[in-house]
Amino acid sequence: MSPRAASRLEAIGFMQVYDYEHGKRDWGSFGLPREGTLAESPSAGDAARRGVPTCRLSDDLSAVREHVRASGWETCIVVTDGRVVLGRLGRRALAADDSRSVEDAMSEGPSTVRPSLPLDKLIERIKRRNLSSFVVTTPDGRLVGLALLTEAEQLVAEQAST
Amino acid sequence: MPRPVTREDVQRLVADGAQLLEVLPQAEYEEEHLPGAINIPLKELNRETALQLKRDRPVIVYCHDYQ
Repeated sequence: MSPRAASRLEAIGFMQVYDYEHGKRDWGSFGLPREGTLAESPSAGDAARRGVPTCRLSDDLSAVREHVRASGWETCIVVTDGRVVLGRLGRRALAADDSRSVEDAMSEGPSTVRPSLPLDKLIERIKRRNLSSFVVTTPDGRLVGLALLTEAEQLVAEQAST
Repeated sequence: MPRPVTREDVQRLVADGAQLLEVLPQAEYEEEHLPGAINIPLKELNRETALQLKRDRPVIVYCHDYQ
């Protein structure tokens, strides 16, 4: 649709016309600001805690464990230098034997959601999988944060009461 | 010929004064649109409705995704 509209504008006489082909689906998927009635509804991006601990594949697991405990978290997201999500260290993995590597201990390819996913749908997905949280990433796999079920439910309740 | 642009290009162009034009139907625009975008649905895009746009500034057209 947008290529046709862009061509139409040029035919009308506009000289500087650009076509954002990926459109607002792409924009919202990266958690960028939006306006409108739905934009005011909380989404996965709003619930994603940016401060979730991260580590690299090459990090020492015992050091990672100490860091995670000190931060008060029970999980750690394994990312590349560019923050692309590779895996996740859960409670059990963080208690694993020190001789293991992060790579051996992590769960690979955790399921992710985009920041634009409405919170009610996120909650539904978390519950269906019997989880307590979900990793939120951009469409190119970069970590946004970790959305916790309890906090997502709280956000929805707060919105309902306003 | 209209030039395709990325999300990063859009942010840069808008910061430099480009106009955003959503060409989806009004109801979809009202639900959600990019900040500052104006709405002229494709079916209504003509010389008269395009008067809402400034000809001396770039225009970035978008819809939902590849359609």
